[in-house]
Amino acid sequence: MLTSRHPLIHLLDRGAVLFLVLLGAFAIAIPVLNLLVPAESGFHVSTYLVSLFGKYVCYGLLALSIDLIWGYVGILSLGHGAFFALGGYAMGMYLMRQIGTRGVYADPILPDFMVFLNWKELPFFWYFFDHFAYAALMVLLVPGLLAFVFGWFAFRSRVTGVYLSIITQALTYALLLAFFRNDFGFGGNNGLTDFKDILGFNVQSEATRNSLFFISCLMLAICFLICRAIVTSKFGKVLVAIRDAESRTRFLGYRVEAYKLFVFTLSACMAGIAGALYVPQVGIINPGEFAPANSIEAVIWVAVGGRGTLTGAVLGAFVVNYAKTYFTSGFLAEYWLFMLGALFIGTTLFMPRGIIGTYNHWRANRAERKDAERDGAPPLASPSAAE
Amino acid sequence: MVDRQTTSALLYLDGISVSFDGFRALNELSFIVEPGEMRAIIGPNGAGKTTMMDVITGKTRPDSGDVYFQEGTVDLSKLDETEIAELGIGRKFQKPTVFEMHTVEDNLQLALKNDRGVRATLLWRSSADQERRIDALLDRVRLKPLRSRVAGSLSHGQKQWLEIAMLLAQDPKLLLVDEPVAGMTDVETMQTAELLKEINRHHTVVVVEHDMAFVRELGVKVTCLHEGSVLAEGSIDDVSTDERVVEVYLGR
Repeated sequence: MLTSRHPLIHLLDRGAVLFLVLLGAFAIAIPVLNLLVPAESGFHVSTYLVSLFGKYVCYGLLALSIDLIWGYVGILSLGHGAFFALGGYAMGMYLMRQIGTRGVYADPILPDFMVFLNWKELPFFWYFFDHFAYAALMVLLVPGLLAFVFGWFAFRSRVTGVYLSIITQALTYALLLAFFRNDFGFGGNNGLTDFKDILGFNVQSEATRNSLFFISCLMLAICFLICRAIVTSKFGKVLVAIRDAESRTRFLGYRVEAYKLFVFTLSACMAGIAGALYVPQVGIINPGEFAPANSIEAVIWVAVGGRGTLTGAVLGAFVVNYAKTYFTSGFLAEYWLFMLGALFIGTTLFMPRGIIGTYNHWRANRAERKDAERDGAPPLASPSAAE
Repeated sequence: MVDRQTTSALLYLDGISVSFDGFRALNELSFIVEPGEMRAIIGPNGAGKTTMMDVITGKTRPDSGDVYFQEGTVDLSKLDETEIAELGIGRKFQKPTVFEMHTVEDNLQLALKNDRGVRATLLWRSSADQERRIDALLDRVRLKPLRSRVAGSLSHGQKQWLEIAMLLAQDPKLLLVDEPVAGMTDVETMQTAELLKEINRHHTVVVVEHDMAFVRELGVKVTCLHEGSVLAEGSIDDVSTDERVVEVYLGR
């Protein structure tokens, strides 16, 4: 309900507190187990694992951004990977410019691939990317602006449902093709890699990797709180209203396209942050990140975890990616895509609410049954006909 | 027809035509609704009742003709749904449309007359005054005991009432009510008639309805539509004995 209780209680319900506590414990435990526990100990977490978990956290943030628009407004974006990749490229450009003379061709300004292409000077869109603050701004601005322009046209023309999903898919595919081109200026199909430093710290060092992991967790927590604040506000109620009865909301006088545009843009910015944190941890960004399959996979994470729950999206990203890491490193590797497909079909058929959604539903049912037992009668009483 | 410049009407429709793929849903439809009036619109299926509502609320643009609001000062055909809703025209759909996942209270909270902007709803806080208004509305449609129930779990009739309450929460100048008693029991139908009469004390109401017993109970001026234009207008007794009306209802 919207009324009567303190807003903080809405913001931090039991699930949200539990989520933040677990995330906090994870954010502290992993670096501690990596840095302070000796390598011989069974509890030691390798640096490889730290970055792997960091990657999961970034995926979790991407899933969160998808859940905000899919779970609460019903906008199914099958191209959210594009915003993730754009954020990643913005960070990658910063990291490229930090390489300086340590590249193969030792050009102080031009990244290797430009020297290789025989370019004489830096394209204008690479200007200022040697400044971290500027790059960080672009991480938000580029995906945000693209989402804003895209949403402006799509939502104003009232493109909804499967049609919108298809255009988002086309959007990411178009970007994939563009970024594959060498003359586009982003390293073609090799993408951006061979990073050395971030803010003066070696990206390969243990300390940097642990810091990146911790910062990823922190950003996830912050974005989670922003999402919670949004979905528990009256604004969030309007979002759900749009999802469930768009024309009713319109006839009540709400400007539906403004709501969609706001939340879609915000979601794209969050996806951009996720991509930007992802790139230094995996050490590469290439056009493959724009592949439509990536975006679809991210939607599966949300479906598995439970859409419209926020925590479920993050959980889904962890569970599916852990399974992916596990299965693709053994003899089952070839079958991973089949498993992923089966997982999606299985979730849709047998657990349409996802993990967290199913749990919430079960708990709500139990509470209702208890209420009914206590009152000794079903809670519904038809309105009295007395007059 | 009165000239729109001098009309005192709240709602003024003149010569409205709308075609869908060659089918003329509305054909030179003209009628006016005076402020404070309650008007019942009847007509067989396909007479253009819902299309007329769509034109008034901005969902459908008329091919030709004028739609004016508030003494001919506002041209509704130039505005979209949101602007028309903000102007003070509330609409109840034929199929009860409430926000099923929200509680009864939240449904009303969303409908209450308030700033509808993105920033306003992001920063919104409940106030005692709004609580009182919701209480009053719940009393009026007899849904008070169901305040914290999820709207999706209400009965069909309760949803209809909730939707009417949502309309009232907007405090509109004109209420358009599309088939409010479809699927209701006889008792509920009579209660709804009472409710609408009560609402009419402060609001102008246009009701589209098939149910003749209900229209008779309302006891207001009736407009009968047929093939997209007005066939007859007058009291229910006049209209229901009109030979042409009998003919279109019973077939020729």
